[in-house]
Amino acid sequence: MPEALALSAPRRATAVLGEASAAWFLVAPAGIALFLLLLGPSAALLALSFSDWELGAPTLAWIGFENYAELATDPVFRAALSNTLVYVRVVMPASIGLGLGVALLIESGTRLRAFFRAVYFLPVVSLLVAMATAWQYLLHPTIGPVNKLLAMVGIAPVNWLGSSDWVMVSLCMIGVWENLGFVVVLFLAGLTAIPADLYAAAETDGARSGLDRFRLVTWPLLGPTTLFVVTITAIRCLRVFDTVAALTRGGPNNASEVLLHMMYREGFSYFRIGYSAAITVVFLVIVLALMLVQTRLLDRQVHYG
Amino acid sequence: MRAEGGRAILIEGVEKAFGATRVLKGVSLTLRQGEFMALVGPSGCGKTTLLRIVAGLESADAGRVVIGGRDVTRARPADRDIAMVFQNYALYPHLTVAQNLAVPLAMRRLSALERLPLVHRLVPGNAARRRAIAARVGEAAAMLRIAHLLDRRPGQLSGGQRQRVALGRALVREPAAFLMDEPLSNLDAELRAGTRQEIVDLHRRAGVTTIYVTHDQVEAMTMADRVAVMMEGEVLQLGTPREVYDDPCDIRVAGFLGSPRINALPGIATENGVSLGTLALPLRAAAAPGSAVTIGLRPEAIRVAPLGLACRVEHLEYLGAETLLHARLEAPEARIVARLPVAAGEGLSRGDAVRLGADWERALVFGADGKRLALHQAARIDA
Repeated sequence: MPEALALSAPRRATAVLGEASAAWFLVAPAGIALFLLLLGPSAALLALSFSDWELGAPTLAWIGFENYAELATDPVFRAALSNTLVYVRVVMPASIGLGLGVALLIESGTRLRAFFRAVYFLPVVSLLVAMATAWQYLLHPTIGPVNKLLAMVGIAPVNWLGSSDWVMVSLCMIGVWENLGFVVVLFLAGLTAIPADLYAAAETDGARSGLDRFRLVTWPLLGPTTLFVVTITAIRCLRVFDTVAALTRGGPNNASEVLLHMMYREGFSYFRIGYSAAITVVFLVIVLALMLVQTRLLDRQVHYG
Repeated sequence: MRAEGGRAILIEGVEKAFGATRVLKGVSLTLRQGEFMALVGPSGCGKTTLLRIVAGLESADAGRVVIGGRDVTRARPADRDIAMVFQNYALYPHLTVAQNLAVPLAMRRLSALERLPLVHRLVPGNAARRRAIAARVGEAAAMLRIAHLLDRRPGQLSGGQRQRVALGRALVREPAAFLMDEPLSNLDAELRAGTRQEIVDLHRRAGVTTIYVTHDQVEAMTMADRVAVMMEGEVLQLGTPREVYDDPCDIRVAGFLGSPRINALPGIATENGVSLGTLALPLRAAAAPGSAVTIGLRPEAIRVAPLGLACRVEHLEYLGAETLLHARLEAPEARIVARLPVAAGEGLSRGDAVRLGADWERALVFGADGKRLALHQAARIDA
């Protein structure tokens, strides 16, 4: 027995060493991929944002925070940032509110559930650039059906995408249309996960009205779903790009300029990669801040352990 | 209990079909005030559907439900003055135990406005009502010994504790009826036995008419004043635990109650009794002579007897306090299970020939349709 103990001690040491190197070995592929695909590019982006590099230029100079300083005074950036935030503030609550309502209606119905689910999800799976063309036609100031309908009830035609007063309204409407189906499908999944017994309990406990049951069961139990929907929709809204690129190109007069479209223009039209990188960093900081709010603050309030 | 002792719950001719499946085929039951009735039957017999119809969670296709003298067939669950305990407890996961217990009271005593967070402070008289609710919650929690758990959420409780909270949520109000849907089936065996007695005690204290749905015959037999045995959408028999066990009206009732199952031996009706193989039993059976009948014999009514029926031992189950003997009756061909004192099983082993006799006065005779034919006759033959 003592012999066995004496033998086992050094063997255990090598086993521990072997275990550690095996662990590193096993983690390596994922670690390398993580670095190459995510962390590396992000670090490169951050580095570029401190340079004046232009696409194709043979040299670059480190200019510190100059790009950020320029952003702070750039009226286009200010317009882009404020338009993006307006877009998020309008589209996110509107699509979440409407989406929840639609999901509740579909869930409470007995027939055609799969049909409605598919219909509402169509905008999500369709190619947005192609759909944007359809919107362009619908909202066309002279031949668009929307204005023709308005004319029938005596309302003067609106230049939906061409006037700086209306362009954000139009983009927001299209944004709600685009996000609604996504939100509906997520809420439908959340609703089916609520145990039917809880509704039965609520009814026997005296929750007579649908509103009572919604407040007692549906809303609290949808908490985790809602949190996820809020985060994902906020990020989807922050990322608004396709419709702007296809319909307005940020115009007229930067009235519909948004962060990602400005980043795209600076980087790929004017080739100012350094400046474009600085815009992207700002965008990433906003997204990260959102995710932090989700995980740190709200998560604790909606998961009931 | 006298017949005019009040009808707490009256279920009359209730029918229900889901699509082409007839789940309930005209069920009628009357519960006396304060009675504890168990609805027992195999899964799929319609007992839970019946309970949900009484609760108002399911609507009856035909028939009516009267609770406390009021026809509630078309009433909403909230308007039936009932409290229900669910199999999965159905506690609100986002509320603390205290809040869970308070829900049935708050829903009834506070207006929608008063239930809103923050707003309720502005409504006059609200604070007093809330204090009354908190006091009642405290009482119910003390009764169930969960007062120390009031600030926890259901997710932080054990199965047994959740079960208590679910009971508490029913107890906190004084409803006209308790409806319990297999409340113990998610507990482990030991906890189940303890909670069984506790529910009976709580029922005795609260004196509220209770319908208790279970597939567990032990629960039905030990807890209920009366047992309704349901099968295939019908109540086959309603009676005290003793009546349904000793005096079943149907072979299916006899087969469902009792473990191991009652022995079913093929007999033939004769002029003056029933014959079992070569054995003539003076059991009066209202059947045409020559027709086939089934003789039901409980395992505990069988013993080893030197002049009994010739059987062969198939296997023995030693259970400590007793031995179960599984044997094959040779003529007529049938399986027999006997519950024997350990001493009687000693020395027997697989393949041995053994002779089994019975307390034949405890035998039950069923016709070909499974219905009971005649009461047993007090005649003892020690075959």
